[in-house]
This record gives sequence, structure tokens and C-alpha cells, in this order.
Amino acid sequence: MIQIETAANDDHIQVLTFDIRGETFALEAGLVREILDLPDETEVPGAAAFVSGVMNFRGRVIPVADLRLAFGLGRADDTPDSRIVVIELELDGDATLVGLRADKVHEVTSLSLAATEPAPPIGMRWRQDYVSRIARRDGEPLILPDLACIFAERGEPRAAAPTLQPVS
Amino acid sequence: MNLQDPAEIFRLEARELLEAIEQGLLDLADRQDDRDLVDAVFRSLHTLKGSGAMFGMEALAAFTHHCETAFDRVRKGLAPATPELITCVLNARDHMRALVEGDPDPAVGDALLAELHRVLEAGDAAPPAAKAAPVAKAWRVRFSLPIDAMANGTNPLGLLAELRDLGDCRIVASTEAVPAIDDLNPTDCHLAWDVTLAGPKVSRSSIEDVFLFVMDDMVLEIVETGAVEAPAEEAVAVVEAAIVEPVAVAAAPAPAAAPAAETKKADSTLRVPAERLDELMDRVGELVIAQSRLKTIAAHSPDMALRSVSEEVERLAAELRDTMMVVRMVPISNLFGRFRRLIHDLQRDTGKSIDLITQGETTELDKTIIERLADPLIHVIRNAADHGLETPEQRTAAGKPATGKLTLSARHSGAEVVITVSDDGRGIDRERVRAKAEQSGLIAPGATLSDAELLHLIFAPGFSTAAAVTNLSGRGVGMDVVKRTIESLRGAIDITSVPGQGSQVSLRIPLTLAIIDGLLVRVGDGRYVVPLAAVEECVELSPEQDARSAGRSLISLRDEFVPFLRLRELFRTTAEVGPHQKVVVVSTGEARVGLVVDQIIGDHQTVIKSLSKLHADVETFSGATILGDGGVALILDVPHLVEAGQRLEKQFRVAS
Repeated sequence: MIQIETAANDDHIQVLTFDIRGETFALEAGLVREILDLPDETEVPGAAAFVSGVMNFRGRVIPVADLRLAFGLGRADDTPDSRIVVIELELDGDATLVGLRADKVHEVTSLSLAATEPAPPIGMRWRQDYVSRIARRDGEPLILPDLACIFAERGEPRAAAPTLQPVS
Repeated sequence: MNLQDPAEIFRLEARELLEAIEQGLLDLADRQDDRDLVDAVFRSLHTLKGSGAMFGMEALAAFTHHCETAFDRVRKGLAPATPELITCVLNARDHMRALVEGDPDPAVGDALLAELHRVLEAGDAAPPAAKAAPVAKAWRVRFSLPIDAMANGTNPLGLLAELRDLGDCRIVASTEAVPAIDDLNPTDCHLAWDVTLAGPKVSRSSIEDVFLFVMDDMVLEIVETGAVEAPAEEAVAVVEAAIVEPVAVAAAPAPAAAPAAETKKADSTLRVPAERLDELMDRVGELVIAQSRLKTIAAHSPDMALRSVSEEVERLAAELRDTMMVVRMVPISNLFGRFRRLIHDLQRDTGKSIDLITQGETTELDKTIIERLADPLIHVIRNAADHGLETPEQRTAAGKPATGKLTLSARHSGAEVVITVSDDGRGIDRERVRAKAEQSGLIAPGATLSDAELLHLIFAPGFSTAAAVTNLSGRGVGMDVVKRTIESLRGAIDITSVPGQGSQVSLRIPLTLAIIDGLLVRVGDGRYVVPLAAVEECVELSPEQDARSAGRSLISLRDEFVPFLRLRELFRTTAEVGPHQKVVVVSTGEARVGLVVDQIIGDHQTVIKSLSKLHADVETFSGATILGDGGVALILDVPHLVEAGQRLEKQFRVAS
């Protein structure tokens, strides 16, 4: 388990950066509980593709969410670098643990809020409301996703739920 | 919940007092002359008023004061405990509760007080004839206070003054225990008193009331020195004669019996917030999971020492689990007690006379389950009282006792608790149920139904046979709530009814919600748990049967058609089909459905974990559990699957 310093000074915030299909994302480090190697994931038939599975996290069953689907990045094969970032977030008023898939986890770093900007209304491949801010880092964009918004909408598009119809 | 919050502590205490007041009042309704009950209710009211004022709840204290005054009159024999008064104070109790919970309606309070005064005045107009003039008695009271009583704010002079108010009084102080002046701490209380009291108003309870707030720690002895028929003057003479050597009497060792009786309150019960118990239960669940992993590893290891430790841990974990379950159990009397009030109100509202009989109150059930059972049981009891029981005239005409009997019983049966509500009323009118169901489109006209199916229609949403909607029931909401709640607790409802003799509704509830026995099955690559209580049988699905049933999803089991669901199709599994598919037949009492699985792995102690809100829309599963190898298995929601199976069957019947 990685212990993460959450102390922030001035306008700096501590973030954890990780890759999903070549894009780099940053999450407020205070949300992160643990980073795990890929565990056995159990598929939940009938669930939205964005949260298609659950996993065992220290004796608790927590959902595994795939930001790739929310950002339309398509699924990638698991690699030795793939990790699950366990975060705690407020979901309909309850603190909920959720595992996020990441292709590669980089580091905890300090980010100046002044160096970030709101998501541009155009010119993005993604839904604007899923991105809270964008930062520049070594010439590459660093995306701060709006998790509250993504999870409130259960990260569309939804998978068609199986129906209980007779199959003949 | 923060137990350090004084307001919360007060509310907890107040809830208990209100509970005691309610139970006392209900008992009093049955035994109106029971002085102990009157005293108990008075004391509870008094304490509620006192601590309410102490915690700054002035409105509560002021309101309770009026009820206390009313009961004081009853206690002193100035007014009888009439049913009107009891009902009135019961309603007042509800208002006190609202005051405690911070949700009062001032208009209600004023109306209640007006009613209370009216009832009291009516009582005054007709003083109890049965009460003979109290016989003057003489009492001898010896008491001493704890040494720090004065330091803690008790004024002995006040106590003596109160004693003096009771009747003719003679007080002798004993200075025996007072130390030499050099050793004397002026705030210590070393005195003991010997009091003789006589007068028509004096009784043991009135004396005890004087010491109400100091009784726990003090030495108190109250002796009745004989009834005195003679006039008061003579009584005093007798009493004086009785005191020969007051000092010598006081010097006699204080009898230990009285204080010993007072200490019986100190039982070793611990109040623990429920969530701490839940946490502990979670830990035990984790331990059970870790233990099953250990067992898996040990089974594959040649190391005998490891195996023996594994077995030891298995035994300990099982014992810990059982103990934990017991800790969460509370007797169902907690729940049954609430229904006495309900019956009281029902009698008043329906004009029926109802006798509530409770059995098996010591039966224990998980606390969370008890909480969730309250609502459904209220509906069932209301229904029995409103629809089941007849009016006294109807009952007499039918040759039954005028008072209807409503029996509430609880008993263990395997891993379940069965709670039964039975009445000796008119029974369920099957023709009317059928007519009503056809009318509201619940069943097709002339449909063939088993008796159980027909009776179960009363639990369908929107169903009501009551010709008129009453205050109590008949709106057609309620009974479906019963069904839903019981199913969400993984329980079942049985119902029987004999025309003219009454009906019986049994709720079968699993003992716990935390850990169940499950059947572990495999479908494709996934593993799933079927609650074992719901499993009726497992049969092989032969390839021929499989091929034959391909188009219709019905399987014939011993000449009976059972609809079945292919979980592979439901779960959209692409893994290869095994050669030996099995059908697990599950049921919810009367309806059944077969679930086709690839393999039956075996039984599994299932620690139930709920799914997160992200999966709240997935109805097929009621939860998840962690397996011995650390993997997760989903728990199938049997009522939901059975319902789906029933829909399939209906479609098939319509189609054929």
C-alpha cells in the first residue's frame, strides 16, 4: 500500500497520475485509498459496461469502474503494468469504495491549480462535463476527470441489459 | 451516534421511560386497582419531568407535569384510573414522545391537556365508591443517608419536612455515628433518623416517594407497626408507647435487607451502538473468509501442523460466528410489546372487543430483522382485527364468545423463525377474494387456482375486499408491503383460513441476514450462490431433455411442468457448454422455477456483502460473497428469478 501525503500548500494540490490508453489522467490524491495489481474481477451480468464487475478488496466487495468506457477510449488488453486504483467517493450521499482500472500508474505529484484551465468547450474528444480541468505537463495534456459527474451518470454508454425473454 | 451528547443520552432515557409508561398504562387498563402499577407509572412520569427539566426541555417538563398531577391524584386515591383517563394519558404519552423527538404539534398538546382536565373533573364528580376510607396506620421509618449525601446536594431537612407533611410525625435523630469534633468534616452526613408516622394518607409507597431520588444509596427501613382503627389521637399514643428507647433502637444494626433489595437494579447489561455490532459482524465475516482460504491452502499441503492449526482456526471462527449471532439477537418481546398499544387503539376504533394473546416472546431474532418486521406485522394485525374479527353482536349470534381472540406467537423452526398471527374471526371469504381479483384483473375469470394461491391474492398490490374503506384498512395498500418486506428479508408467508373459525398468517423469517448457507454453482466462468433455503432439488438436464425443451423453457418434473431459466443465456455467457448441465429447482413457498447451471460445486457458508449503488439496477442478484480463493461470487435473488420464471410460464401458456 502506498501512503499518500495529502497536505497541500497554497494553490497546489497533490495528484496521482496514471495512463489510460495513452492519455494521462490525474486524481486528487486524497481520494486514493490503495493501488493494487489486477485482482480477479467478477463480472456482474446485466450491469452497465462502465461498472461491469466487482472485486474483493480486503474482504469487501467493491465495484470496478472503467474510465476508458466513459471517455470512449475502448478496452485495452491487460498488461503487467495494469493496476486498480481504489478510490473512495461520495455516491448518492454514501461513501463508496470504487476500483478504477488504469493501464499504468505514474506518481503522486504536486500540481498548481493556476497552471490548470477549465475544459475547452470544443476541440475535445470527450464530453466536456466529464472533464473538470486540464493541465499541461511536458507539453502533454493532463486530464482531471469530474468523477462526481461520471459516476452520477454511471459512465454512459450503457450496455444493453439482458432481458428475461425466452430464447427459442 | 455520539453517546457523549447529553441531549442524545436524555432521548435514549426518555424513550425507555415512555415505553415503560405505555406498558404500565396498558397493564393498568386490565388491572385498574393495581396500586403498584399506578405508582410505577407515576414514578416514570415524575422522572421524565425531572430529567426533561434538567436537560432544558421545558415544554416536555411542563406538559408532563399535568399528566403527573393527574396520576398523583389517582395514586392518592382521589380519582379512579378510568379507561378514559388511561386512553387520555396514552395519547398524552404520544405527544410527549413527539416533544422528545423534537417534532411536536402545539395544538395537539393543548387539546390533550383540555381533554385531560375534562376527564379528571368527570372522575372527581364520581369518586371511586369501591375505595373505603383508608385505615390509619402507624409506620416506623429508620434511615440514614450516604456520608457524602449533603456534599451531593441532598438536604436532609427537606426530606424530614416532606415526611412531616404526610401525617403525624415524630422524629428522633441518632448521633451514634458522629465522630469526635476533631475528625468531623462538616459536609459529611453522619446522622441517622428514626421516624414514627401515623395518618390516613401514609402508605409504604408515599414514604418511599419521599426518598425517591436518594433511595439507591441510602439505608432505609420501613416497618408497619400495626393498623390503627382508633381515632388519630389514640394512634399517636400507641406510637409513642412503641418507642421505648429511641436511641437504643437506632443503635441496633441497620437491617441489610432493604438496601439489598434496592441494588437489584444493577444488572450487567451494556448498551452498545448498533453500528459497532455491525462492524464486529463485518470483521467476523472477514475472518470466516480468511479461514476458508486457509482451509483451501491447508488441504493442499502435506504439512500436518498447518492442517491442525487450520482446523483449530475453523472451529474458533465457527464459534465466534455463532457467538456474534447470539449477541445480535434480541427477544421478540421487544416487538410484541408495541402491538399491545395497537390492539388498545384498534378496540377503540373498531368497537370490537379483542383479547391479545402472545406466545413465545422469548424467541430471539436478529435485531435488524426485528426492526424491519414491525411494519408488516402492524398491517397483518390490523387486517386481522379489522377484516377477520367480527363485532361482538355478530360473534354472539355465531355462538362464539363476544371477545375476539388474536394470537401472536413466535417459534424457532430450523434456521427460521415463524411468527404467526391468528384470529378466531370469520375467516377469509374465498368467493369474495376471487370475485375481487377477477374484477381488478389480477386473475383471469374462472382461472384454476390452488387454495394457497387464492389466499395469497390478498397480498397482491391494490387488493382489498373491504367493502368500505375504514380508518384502519381497506385501502388495498399494506398487505403488499407485507409481502415485499418479507421477501426482502428472504422470508416467506404462509396463510390458512377456515370459514367461520378464523385465519392464520405465518411469516417465516431467516434467523440472520448476515451469513447464510448457500449452494455454490458455476455458470460459464462465473460462480454464483443460490440460498440453500430456497433450493428444493437438483436434477440432471439430459441432452435429450435439453434439446426437447429448447423452444419452450418448461421442464417436466414428476409429471409437473416447471418453468426454467437458462442462466447461461440470462448471463450471456460465451464459455463452452458442459455435458452435464443441472437444473437447480428453487421456490418461494408455492411458485418454483428451475435454474439451469453448468455445474454444482457444493455448499458454501455465505457471508453476505451488499452490492454498491452502482449495481443497484441489477435485479438478478441480491448481494455478493467472497469465496475461499479470494474470488467473488454473486448471490442470486431467488424471488426475482421465480417471478421472471412465472412470467415465462404465463407467456408459454398463452402461446400454446
